[in-house]
Amino acid sequence: MALIETNNLVKVYVEGGVETRALDGASLTINDGEFLAITGASGSGKSTLLQMLGCLDRQTSGEYLFEGKEVSSYSDTELAHIRNEKLGFVFQAFNLLPRLSVLDNVMLPLVYAGVSKKERVQRSEAMIELVGLADRRNYQAAQLSGGQKQRVAIARALVNNPKIIFADEPTGNLDSKSGAVVLEFLQMLNDQGRTLVVVTHELYVAEAARRTVHIVDGRIDSDKAVAHRRIIAKDGFVK
Amino acid sequence: MLGIVIGILSIMVVMSLGQGAQELVLGEFQKFGPNNVFILPGRQPSGPSSVAGTLLSDSLTQKDLADLENPANVPEAVGVVPIVFGQQPIVYASQTYTKMIMGSSQDMAQLFSLTMSEGRFFDSSDVADHASVAVLGATIAKDLFGGNNPVGQKIRINNQMMQVVGVLQAQGAGSFIDFDQATIAPYPVVQDSILGIKYFQRIVVEGASSAGLPALMKDVTSLLRYNHNISDPSKDDFSLQTQASIAQSVGIVTSILTVLLASIAAISLVVGGVGIMNIMLVSVTERTREIGLRKSLGATSGNILLQFLAEAAALTILGGLAGVAGGIGLSWCISFAVNYWWGIQFPFVISISGIILGVGVSSALGLIFGIFPAWQASRKSPIEALRYE
Repeated sequence: MALIETNNLVKVYVEGGVETRALDGASLTINDGEFLAITGASGSGKSTLLQMLGCLDRQTSGEYLFEGKEVSSYSDTELAHIRNEKLGFVFQAFNLLPRLSVLDNVMLPLVYAGVSKKERVQRSEAMIELVGLADRRNYQAAQLSGGQKQRVAIARALVNNPKIIFADEPTGNLDSKSGAVVLEFLQMLNDQGRTLVVVTHELYVAEAARRTVHIVDGRIDSDKAVAHRRIIAKDGFVK
Repeated sequence: MLGIVIGILSIMVVMSLGQGAQELVLGEFQKFGPNNVFILPGRQPSGPSSVAGTLLSDSLTQKDLADLENPANVPEAVGVVPIVFGQQPIVYASQTYTKMIMGSSQDMAQLFSLTMSEGRFFDSSDVADHASVAVLGATIAKDLFGGNNPVGQKIRINNQMMQVVGVLQAQGAGSFIDFDQATIAPYPVVQDSILGIKYFQRIVVEGASSAGLPALMKDVTSLLRYNHNISDPSKDDFSLQTQASIAQSVGIVTSILTVLLASIAAISLVVGGVGIMNIMLVSVTERTREIGLRKSLGATSGNILLQFLAEAAALTILGGLAGVAGGIGLSWCISFAVNYWWGIQFPFVISISGIILGVGVSSALGLIFGIFPAWQASRKSPIEALRYE
């Protein structure tokens, strides 16, 4: 069974009486352990597709099966639990709570999962160490650099041990050096068996993945394996 | 937070000062004593303009006084004090002040709880002997004599030489009768030699108890009607007042005060409320992105509401405590300042209704405007809230 399967997924936004078909019949299958890059020009609908897949919004029509079950049949609360337990997110704008410490930011998903305080701290500290920020754990998020913030965001996405991590332009706000570190992390996670879906409009990010799906006008234009995969740790990162 | 504090604080200060002012005004009426009946000459005043008419009426005579003093006529009376008064020039050395001169009997000191700082009050023999003696109020004594002791000195009031026998202790401003500015003398000399009148402007009859007051008033009324040959009660040329009826007749003043204070409190409530409303709305608007993020990390709408409820509650409780504390402190400072600079014994009151109203309304507003927008924001899809600007 595929982890994710969509059939003819449509998302229509209505704003000021004007309809925008952000997704116009996208059909896609994602299996466990994949590293998928969704590419496309800005406005092509790639971010909308990620939001649909990440259960952050509901489709207008079409099917979205997550672990074989139609997502639109879940209630808002059930979707919140799915996001909490099975999905992790990394955003372009990091989306940390600036006044909270690094540790508190990473612990947030565990708070909503009802994990005990002791275990929260333990698991969060392990993740912070993994992304190499152990010495910054009590810093306020606002005090960190962009690259550090995104590593905190990755730690936060990992802390609830999700089935799949969605990243929306994770290197978009970073310089090439920080971007390389982030991408290297993502590749490492995938090598450990984690499923990753990354949205990007940049070729070098897509080349770090194993498979790319190219979106044009809300439809899937091409879906193919990456021929010459760039291993960041070995090849470095060329922007 | 500041909005809540200021909202509660302003309501509390306004209500506390209002209650203090009311106590101050009502306290003045308490000084008339609950068992005293004031007899006024002339018709019952129907309004402020006709009060002046009662001063010119000459219906209360020496005979009335003598008959009232007779226990056979008014058995419940334990004291009868006549009063005459007028503004007269008071001269000592080269200084002249035109101030109130009051004529009364020796019992006036006890009736108005007057105490002496120098010398003595005049006594019954001074009244009987038509003695030219006077007691000075604290302020007029200071004005005329500076730091010197006035007792034994002679002053001239409307060309009548009077010997000062005592000085009253300062009463403080804000009293119904300003004894500090007044000169008090036995009524015979004031009537004959200073004011040149034969009648009394007030006669105060002191009753033994408040229970006996109706009987006392009935006896006084029938005695005066008999003396004045009045058979038709609507033609009475005198009227009676008690502490209760005076409080009632000036009730319009206190009710105006109450209405004024209530409207000021209402305005400060609205101002404070709008402040709280704005703060809560702004904070939720600012934090819609945070709500989106928390939801994308797995928070349910219930988690979000609970968080904002707890925050709004903490904010209003802390703000409420600070506001109440500040309100009490500021009220105390104001009453202290009024005492200090104006010498008015302004009572310091902690307005319980002010606390309840202020804290109640602020908390309600804080909770409503803290939770309602959060509830709206929590209903958005996570991505909608995340994109919110």
